[in-house]
Amino acid sequence: MKVELDADKCVASGQCVLAAMDVFDQDDDGIAILLEEQVGDDRLDDVKEAVVVCPAAAIRLVEQ
Amino acid sequence: MRRIVVVGASAAGLAAAETLRREAYEGIITLVGDEPLAPYDRPPLSKQILAAEWEPERLALRTPDTLAALDLDLRLGVTATGLEPADRTIELADGSAVPYDGLVIATGVRPRRLPGEGAHVLRTLDDALTLREQLTPGRRLVVVGAGFLGAEVAAVAWRLGCEVTLLEPAPVPLAHAVGMEVGKVLTNAHLERGVDLRCGVTVTEVTEDGVRLADGSEIEADEVLVAIGSLPNTDWLAGSSLTVGDGVVCDEYCKAGPNVYAAGDVAHWYNPLFGTSMRIEHRTTAAEQGMAAARNLLHPEAGKPFAPVPYFWSDQYDMKIQAYGYLRDHAEVALVEGDLAERKFVAAYRTGDRVTGALAVGMPPKAIRQWRQAIATGAAWHDTVSTAVPAMES
Repeated sequence: MKVELDADKCVASGQCVLAAMDVFDQDDDGIAILLEEQVGDDRLDDVKEAVVVCPAAAIRLVEQ
Repeated sequence: MRRIVVVGASAAGLAAAETLRREAYEGIITLVGDEPLAPYDRPPLSKQILAAEWEPERLALRTPDTLAALDLDLRLGVTATGLEPADRTIELADGSAVPYDGLVIATGVRPRRLPGEGAHVLRTLDDALTLREQLTPGRRLVVVGAGFLGAEVAAVAWRLGCEVTLLEPAPVPLAHAVGMEVGKVLTNAHLERGVDLRCGVTVTEVTEDGVRLADGSEIEADEVLVAIGSLPNTDWLAGSSLTVGDGVVCDEYCKAGPNVYAAGDVAHWYNPLFGTSMRIEHRTTAAEQGMAAARNLLHPEAGKPFAPVPYFWSDQYDMKIQAYGYLRDHAEVALVEGDLAERKFVAAYRTGDRVTGALAVGMPPKAIRQWRQAIATGAAWHDTVSTAVPAMES
């Protein structure tokens, strides 16, 4: 599945990094960065967790 | 379980409903919300919405498609009025009754108010839009309470050109949570912009012309916002046999009764990480707790204690304030990085012999993350905070 990140909405909480460290990082201002756009089934659970815990609802998973 | 009812359709309730589906629950999920709107996000209300930078559509927590895919029995614009534990039934304000096999209570909080009419509060989108219409240049706004909500509104109103007076009973904003020294940093941010922050001032009522103080004097205002904290929405649980104190009392699994769990602002649960019961009104805790409650409800045999490191952020003027952990009732504060005067720093908080909190202003995420880690692992204070670090007066 494809991960979409709306950096304009990001509030720099870093919750996504805690949920899926190999998919998300933060820049120096704390704004989330996508490390992987495509995630396989093995990473799906962690990314879904990130979607739910993101306090800005800035992350979406899109079926392809 | 054939039907799970989630009462409360904001961040915690939505996270619970979503998690039930993620955990492959195939029964009926009834999601009850007292507002007519689909689940929306609240933190931007006192920030981008009030500043008119965002239109309300951006608050939607999920797209209509994503929401539809959850296949919910969605009851919006309806308040839950009662819980009948013997029949396992929820009563709704429209007169209907909904039976449940499992229940998640996520009814949130409502603003505390002051005696007198005509003051604004800020909890819902309606509240924010109503206040936003009044924040035109030159309007005199009195904000009662310099907590995070009051301070954020003061900052936005100042930016919009209002004359802002911010009234706070404590000696500095958030004294009990952040300590005196950090509180002074927050104080200065207001004062140097000309926001009239007055501490040690108690407001007793809202009047026709503004507010009345405990000493009998009045402060005139065109608009008054009361931001003096919240009350958990538990009235509907009277007679339900659940324990209600400051919120719905739960164990460390967020369990409040047989097949009944609570999550979000309304939940008062035992957090084993800090060894204390707490009720946390943070956005991130709401989502995490909604998830935890849903999982523990579905899989009680594999129940996991809910032991998060609470996190919140606040945007005030050019400051982004971030805090991890449980700062309240701390014994000591130490400046562990940066400089208070420059408003770029990390302060660490001690309770007992542990690092229990950290607050950062204007610091990169990596500087903050290690402190979160220290809190999550219950790191000993003397191992983590160098003795060379100056303690601050708390």
